[in-house]
Amino acid sequence: MEKFKTLKAVAAPLPLVNVDTDMIIPARFLKTIKRTGLGKSAFYAMRYDERGNERPDFILNKDAYRHSKILIAGDNFGCGSSREHAPWAMADFGLRCVIAPSFADIFYGNSFKNGILCIVLPQAEVDKLSALAGSGNTAGGEFTVDLEKLTITAPDGSVTSFTLDGTKRHNMLEGLDDIGITLKSVDAIAAFEQKQHREQPWLS
Amino acid sequence: MTQPTTLYDKLWNSHVVSVDQGGTAVLYIDLHLVHEVTSPQAFEGLRAAGRKVHAPQKTFAVPDHNVPTTADRLQVIKDPEGRLQLEMLESNCRDFGVPYVPISDIRQGIVHIIGPEQGLTQPGKTIVCGDSHTSTHGALGALAFGIGTSEVEHVLATQTLVMKKAKNMRVVVDGKLPPGVTAKDLVLAIIGKMGTGGGTGHVIEYVGEAFTNMSMEGRMTVCNMTIEGGARAGLVAPDDKTFEYLKGRPYAPKGVLWEQAVAYWKTLKSDEGAQFDKEVHLLADDLVPYVTWGTSPEDALPITAKVPDPKSFADPAKEVAAARSLDYMALTPGTPLDQIKVDKVFIGSCTNGRIEDMRAAAEVMKGRKVAKGVGVLVVPGSGLVKHQAEEEGLDQIFIDAGAEWREPGCSMCLGMNPDILKAGERCASTSNRNFEGRQGIGGRTHLVSPAMAAAAAITGHLTDVRKL
Repeated sequence: MEKFKTLKAVAAPLPLVNVDTDMIIPARFLKTIKRTGLGKSAFYAMRYDERGNERPDFILNKDAYRHSKILIAGDNFGCGSSREHAPWAMADFGLRCVIAPSFADIFYGNSFKNGILCIVLPQAEVDKLSALAGSGNTAGGEFTVDLEKLTITAPDGSVTSFTLDGTKRHNMLEGLDDIGITLKSVDAIAAFEQKQHREQPWLS
Repeated sequence: MTQPTTLYDKLWNSHVVSVDQGGTAVLYIDLHLVHEVTSPQAFEGLRAAGRKVHAPQKTFAVPDHNVPTTADRLQVIKDPEGRLQLEMLESNCRDFGVPYVPISDIRQGIVHIIGPEQGLTQPGKTIVCGDSHTSTHGALGALAFGIGTSEVEHVLATQTLVMKKAKNMRVVVDGKLPPGVTAKDLVLAIIGKMGTGGGTGHVIEYVGEAFTNMSMEGRMTVCNMTIEGGARAGLVAPDDKTFEYLKGRPYAPKGVLWEQAVAYWKTLKSDEGAQFDKEVHLLADDLVPYVTWGTSPEDALPITAKVPDPKSFADPAKEVAAARSLDYMALTPGTPLDQIKVDKVFIGSCTNGRIEDMRAAAEVMKGRKVAKGVGVLVVPGSGLVKHQAEEEGLDQIFIDAGAEWREPGCSMCLGMNPDILKAGERCASTSNRNFEGRQGIGGRTHLVSPAMAAAAAITGHLTDVRKL
């Protein structure tokens, strides 16, 4: 996985609550056997009309926001289906960070495994950053997310701090693969299996 | 004296392989269910890294999301992408030695229906699947939750997951559900009360008379929709009803092992005085059948209510969301919910595709005819549910009424197989999600119980089944 230290990019405001993973990537696009190539279908129904033409009003279709790497979203972002195709589609589109008042649990975990940093901030701070991100056809300028310092610097120079679980931060900074780490515990797993076999023999 | 613990605490603690100082644990997984949509990339990852499946016998695969539900499905699956996923599941299972149930097998069905049906789902187990409705299996007292594909690969490779413990939440429902009011209505009422994010970061234990009296099928419906309230897992403590349900099923323990297992399962309950971080209380006695009006499962109201006015929401974000929902749903504030006409009715899914659901729908449709112009799909959750329903003559009741009786699969729950709504079509559905486009681009979903879906099929509009 790519390391994540700092990210400097335009941020797109998407102030909707309960953006579900069907909205991020509809089910008909899940019939893929790859992790890549889903970016063109990300946010499909919001992004394209019935004929497949871009909806000019959607934030990521506006020239100023086409290359956004940061999304500033509403409460309960990523709810619904567990599909990892949601962060795959977002990453393939180019998004590397989502800032929201809260995230659905499964989406939150899936995002970190794909190099997308999810930042939880109180609603008032999200609103403030959302306003600084601009609207209409004019982006507010570049934001800098610093994972080492755990800060977001807005285009106006204001700095917002955030917190993150230490393990998640470490793995993002180092670009570590979870499976490789866990396989170092192979002896502990074997010991657990032996103990379980003794105590709950019906399980194996 | 030891601190009193919750059922979730016990299930979690008994599966921790190791834990670091920050509280991140390696958690052992007893059962990994696999389907065709969220697994291809995981098997590909194993191959690329030269890894094998750690415990194939603790893994169980079945195709469900993509499979057509028409009788000709063994001969022809037209969609090339869907077919490729189905072929890959079969070849991946063969290559990695994972037990696999093909479409032609009578046991085939929705993964969350067949886990309990086969006795794979048992109290005290940790169960995962690359599907958010894995929460279903908590109805038997298992810690069960959905995972993403990276985690599917992690479990395949290590039989563990790396995660932090969630918080404890309790939903207490005292009293008895009145006639015509089902587990589905209750869970919609619960989600309506706590919101789709109300359970985020928590595991919910359901306690109280309503759940004690509830059938195993009903408990599965409630736990299934726990994820719609934001909690990754729901739990009902195992009791005699659970043991009775499991006894004799193909993968349930037998003989002495059965006795040992039951003795252990009886210890799986929250201790007196155990602490919960969050609680929600409801009374079952006053409940009526529920329907959803919007595009989030929390948009649930009694069938006796009216389409709400977005301006009635205190929270400005909710007002915006409600206005957007009503626009998508093409509904006008103030319209009585029982006057909303439907084009389609879908009875099935991992929420309501079990035998009890088929019986409830058949009871309403018996001797009646589907309203003119309404298309009705009845899709059993598994081949065994289908077989049982046919033994009881339920298929003939549906067919006589004018409904279609289909082969098992996820069907019209999620817009991935040929069963989809057309743009603008409105559906009374026993599934779990009313999201925009969930049942097909531009499709409009009203979530209801099987009895309520059957009532809508007969009248052609959302209907209070108690009045039919």
